Amino acid sequence: MNLSQSTKTEVVPHKPWVKGAHFIITLSFLALTVSGFVILMSHPRLYWGKAGNDLTPALFELPISRNYHHGGWDKSIPFKHVTGRQVTAARTYDIFNENGWGRSTHFLAAWFMVLTGIIYFIAGFYSGHFWRNLVPRRREFSLKLLCRDVAAHLRRHMHYTGKYGLLQKITYLSVIFLLFPLVILTGFTMSPAITASYPFLLKIFFGHQSARTIHFFAAVLLLLFLLVHVVMVARSGFKRNIWAITFGR
Amino acid sequence: MKRKLLMNRRQAILTGLTSAGALLLSGCLKKAPPTYGNILRMGDDLTYIAQRGLLSQRALAMEYQKSEITSFPVTDIGDPADPASKKAYSKTYQQLQRNNFKDFALVVEGCVAAPRKYSMDELKKLGARTQITRHTCEEGWSAIAEWTGVPLSAVLKDAGILKTARYVGLYGFDNYAESIDMLDAFHPQTILAHTMNGEEIPARNGAPLRLRVETQLGYKNVKFLQRIVVTDKFTDPAPDITSGWSWYTGI
Repeated sequence: MNLSQSTKTEVVPHKPWVKGAHFIITLSFLALTVSGFVILMSHPRLYWGKAGNDLTPALFELPISRNYHHGGWDKSIPFKHVTGRQVTAARTYDIFNENGWGRSTHFLAAWFMVLTGIIYFIAGFYSGHFWRNLVPRRREFSLKLLCRDVAAHLRRHMHYTGKYGLLQKITYLSVIFLLFPLVILTGFTMSPAITASYPFLLKIFFGHQSARTIHFFAAVLLLLFLLVHVVMVARSGFKRNIWAITFGR
Repeated sequence: MKRKLLMNRRQAILTGLTSAGALLLSGCLKKAPPTYGNILRMGDDLTYIAQRGLLSQRALAMEYQKSEITSFPVTDIGDPADPASKKAYSKTYQQLQRNNFKDFALVVEGCVAAPRKYSMDELKKLGARTQITRHTCEEGWSAIAEWTGVPLSAVLKDAGILKTARYVGLYGFDNYAESIDMLDAFHPQTILAHTMNGEEIPARNGAPLRLRVETQLGYKNVKFLQRIVVTDKFTDPAPDITSGWSWYTGI
């Protein structure tokens, strides 16, 4: 990698459908993040397993709303015939709940994301974009090169070569083929109608609440990716890169 | 010389969007509930059409073991037996509860051959289904309980449902109401539950009768049932029709 050479490399603009998908997915991802946060605010507790609620122990609680400190229960009634401490009890307080528009916005944005994602997948395979630009070549697969790439990123030595580095390829591939499918499938697993038709979803994610927890962590990883992605784009030539992915010809 | 095209790119995109919208809209007019011009409800309609078209409508929601029954929080809008509860209070309900619901009768009316009232004993004679299912709240929590009740389909058949019937509205004593379409109304797991975990439903869990629609979210499951109205037109008796709360909550 020669710096003087790389700075002279011409900007390779992306294909229109890559740019279009980028636009729509970025916008719907932001809408999903905001509305997802609003939904999480009405019950900021996460569980593992088939079911979980305020009366059962949580995996952990996020201090992101007043519902984090909940306001107590009226007299609880034990289930006499069930062993253990299972009870039913009524909440004595009003919670923060903006889930009306929160959920509808979430699902509307999810439609945009999923439909665009399907077109992107088909076009990506059909045009050879994934194979040509994202799948690492055999000669790239060496621990030495990967270490050098990581070290270069850590030392903030970014070179623009017009092609993706190994670290970049691995990240993009895991976001496209791992994180996005995971976040969509765990989202489906929270739907009572979908899991009635496809109960295997509840099995592979260990239940409704586990799916919700995995959905949360996958979303956090996607958000981290977005942040790092934007920082990297900015560091390796903000104007040029943004132009290439937006209006560049 | 510039080549003449049938339409340029911008025109093509606009035409595409318009025709897609028109297709969606005509689809909505026939099958889906109205959107009242609310963009959020348009997304919900898309979900409704897609799920009705793509999912198996007879598939049963997951049923669980007795050992998997969990605690069950109550998060309704109020206690209909409590005069201090402004939104939910019902004097009729308070009197019924005092008498341990001996005089309770469910009204079934609308598009049925014989509108009438059903006492609890009459309802129980129509059949029973017991299921251990998960209640999934839109807030994010869930709970598993065992429910026994009369299949809603049995009640509708007994009342002589008309061919024009398309939706079933369910009204509670607590001034809460919801409606479901015929596919959900005739789903085998859609029951009018009178028993929870082997006992009469506890007061705040919806005594004496509540709806269980296991293929939809928690807020469809109207408690303290008072009246069932079968309609041939779409109705959404829920109080928050325009504020983005989905009518169809299978998602």
